[in-house]
Amino acid sequence: MRRMELLRVENLTMRFGSLAAVDDVSLSVQQGEIVGLIGPNGAGKTTLFNCLTGFLTPHRGSIRFNGQEIRGLRPNRICKLGLARTFQIVQVFKEMTAWQNVMVGAFCRTSDSIRAYQETLRILEFTGLYEKKDAWVGNLTIADQKRLEISKALATQPRLLMLDEAMAGLNATETQEAIGLIQRIRDRGITLIIVEHVMEVIMSICERVVVLDSGRKIAEDSPDQIVKNPRVIQAYLGVASHA
Amino acid sequence: MDLTILAQILISGLFMGMIFALIAVGLTLIWGVMDILNFAHGEFLMLAMFISFWMFSLWSIDPLLSLPFNVVVLFAIGVGTYYLIIKRVLNAPGLTALLATFGLSILIKNSAQFVWTPDFRQIQGAWLSDHTVELFSLNFSVAEVFAAIGSGLITYLVYYLIFKTKTGRAIRASALDRQTALLMGIHIDRIYAFTFGLGGACVGVAGSLMINFYYVFPGVGSLFGILAFVTVALGGFGNITGAFWAGILIGIVETAGGVFIAPAFKYTVVFILYLIILSFRPKGLFGW
Amino acid sequence: MMDASVWALLKKPGVLIILGILFLLPFLSENLHFRHVLIMFMLFASLSQAWNLIGGFAGQVSFGHSTFFGIGAYAALVLLKKYGISPWGGMLIGGGIAALVAIAIGFPVFRLKGHYFAISTFAVAEIMERLFMNWDYVEGAIGLPAPVLEEKFIHFMWYKDKMPYFYIGFVLFVLILFLAHRIDRSRLGYYLRAIKQSPDAAEGLGIDTTRYKMIAMVLSAFLTALCGSFYAQYILYIDPPSVLSLDISIKIVLVTVLGGAGTVLGPYLGSAILIPLSEYSRILLGGTGKGVDLILFGALILVISVYQPQGLIGFFRKK
Repeated sequence: MRRMELLRVENLTMRFGSLAAVDDVSLSVQQGEIVGLIGPNGAGKTTLFNCLTGFLTPHRGSIRFNGQEIRGLRPNRICKLGLARTFQIVQVFKEMTAWQNVMVGAFCRTSDSIRAYQETLRILEFTGLYEKKDAWVGNLTIADQKRLEISKALATQPRLLMLDEAMAGLNATETQEAIGLIQRIRDRGITLIIVEHVMEVIMSICERVVVLDSGRKIAEDSPDQIVKNPRVIQAYLGVASHA
Repeated sequence: MDLTILAQILISGLFMGMIFALIAVGLTLIWGVMDILNFAHGEFLMLAMFISFWMFSLWSIDPLLSLPFNVVVLFAIGVGTYYLIIKRVLNAPGLTALLATFGLSILIKNSAQFVWTPDFRQIQGAWLSDHTVELFSLNFSVAEVFAAIGSGLITYLVYYLIFKTKTGRAIRASALDRQTALLMGIHIDRIYAFTFGLGGACVGVAGSLMINFYYVFPGVGSLFGILAFVTVALGGFGNITGAFWAGILIGIVETAGGVFIAPAFKYTVVFILYLIILSFRPKGLFGW
Repeated sequence: MMDASVWALLKKPGVLIILGILFLLPFLSENLHFRHVLIMFMLFASLSQAWNLIGGFAGQVSFGHSTFFGIGAYAALVLLKKYGISPWGGMLIGGGIAALVAIAIGFPVFRLKGHYFAISTFAVAEIMERLFMNWDYVEGAIGLPAPVLEEKFIHFMWYKDKMPYFYIGFVLFVLILFLAHRIDRSRLGYYLRAIKQSPDAAEGLGIDTTRYKMIAMVLSAFLTALCGSFYAQYILYIDPPSVLSLDISIKIVLVTVLGGAGTVLGPYLGSAILIPLSEYSRILLGGTGKGVDLILFGALILVISVYQPQGLIGFFRKK
């Protein structure tokens, strides 16, 4: 059965001055997939994220989400259409408790405080933060803050969730828990694109991996094939041998 | 439209602008390095002017002579303000630092008003006052010309300090990336204190020069303070050259506005210009 | 926790008691100055709360609120004097004008960030004061006294008795209190706080930051103008320095931030301390009192900002 195409990116280019941070990138994501986005530092992964979610306006190219062109739309419009993201450096609301943070996301779909609260509790339970719902954000561990970051995004009821290095800084146990959470998210019918440096994560949950290097897409394949791809190896090792 | 009048306006405006620039340079440094808007900056200027005034009135010390003393005192006030107040609110939530310097400015201004009454005061008979000089067949007061040149000189000195000395490099490093600067062994605390002191020193010079031709009263800081903020914002946060050119621009606009529109609207024109410019360049003319 | 209705606030311990005490206070003494202080307290508490919506909750520190206050004041008196419109109508019209001005200012100014924004609000306030100073239609610098009319509710004017002003001020005070509480619990409140704490995260969660900042600004402007109209009818004489000066803007900001910006209780704490302080130091210190109250203000603000950065409300909170 052919799955529906949820996101279609064509010839996306984003320049900063003369530097093309994203250079003619095209990709397609089907509903229900978990797609990994990898590449050496500076490859343009976060820039691509920013373009897709409206924080940057690409100079060329098209982004179609659920059949609708979203290039040039503001981030809040894109979120309401069903595309949510987390940030590499967690952007939790520091002067709020955990549940208040999630409320902000929940209000995306309802203006009723009580309904938003019920949804908030549901999400916190789903992501395993229920016990800590009354904690001030400053008192949460990094792992919990990352979970909160994901919870906020989930509260907006996205169809496609983009995670930007959600595993950075987690220890082995926390990483396993995070993997479990991502799979549970997928089981709920939410499509995922994840940017990761932790290869173990990519290997274990991604069905497909897209590799960026210096703004260009250099490979797209299943995880097993990607690690054997000579261009990919060179991109990573090439950077390492420079250092 | 008489060309000589136009020239007079432009040059007068330029002179005033150089002084605005000097006042602004101290403020923009503080903003750039510590991201603090020192609301008491205008009041520091007022204090400098009063120091010169009283030294002249009570002990007949010409403002030019008391200038170095003034600079030292204002530098000390700046450093003192940093250690006693600013240091403690650096890491507090945004509004707190604002509040602190606000409180300070209100305290200083009203204490001055209490002690010295709100009267306007002017000095007579200093070395520079009551003389005029002829430039390009136009007449200018010596005091203003001197103040402009002095301001320009000091501004250049500050620029030199920031961009061509080791201390300046440390200041710039601290401004760009606090954490890294710390890691590289830069004594951030001392840099901040020095910067604040430097801001004070700048208005120390400006005040000593201005007293020769401008009247002083406790509220004078408010006016020049606001103008300084606008100058700094127009020039771009932390940008010394920006502050300089913005100062000149504002000086000219203010003088021209006073002549072509009405003296009452002198500063209004400046504020309107500010709003217009910032709607096209949200970070000031040269900001980044 | 989630109940944002009116009754929720009343259920909170002490609210009814405190409101009751406040209402009964003027009956304790016939002293006119005492009643004046109470009215000033309620006025500034309301003003601060109105500012709090945009400055505290949304974090957009505006020093231009004197503009809205002045618009409200002038609307009430000008419309009454020139067209015979009751100040009640004038109040609403003033609010409307203030709202429109807020939108006009908001569009260019909300694009600015941080200090640039704050300075532009200074600029707006200064421009407005200067404009009114030189505008003959509103009598400019000469000032605008209220026309002498019969003491009637519809005229919003009493000459000897302060109690009617107290009652009206009290109603205004309570209305704004309930409104602020409702907003605090509602989506608007959450969205404004989100915008303040992380505008990017807010956008990413579906919040149209510009729209909500504008909503807060318009609401804030409207309420501030209402207070301005009240003030005009209370003082019965206004001129640009008394209703459009930066000092008013600054006082509002200080009272709110001192008490605790972004909280519902903050403005009330701030006014409760600062307004009586200001009013009483003015009489206690006679002629030279002009300025001494501000010396105390300044010192108090310094001390609080250094030792209790969250504002007075920090004494009630544990984080």
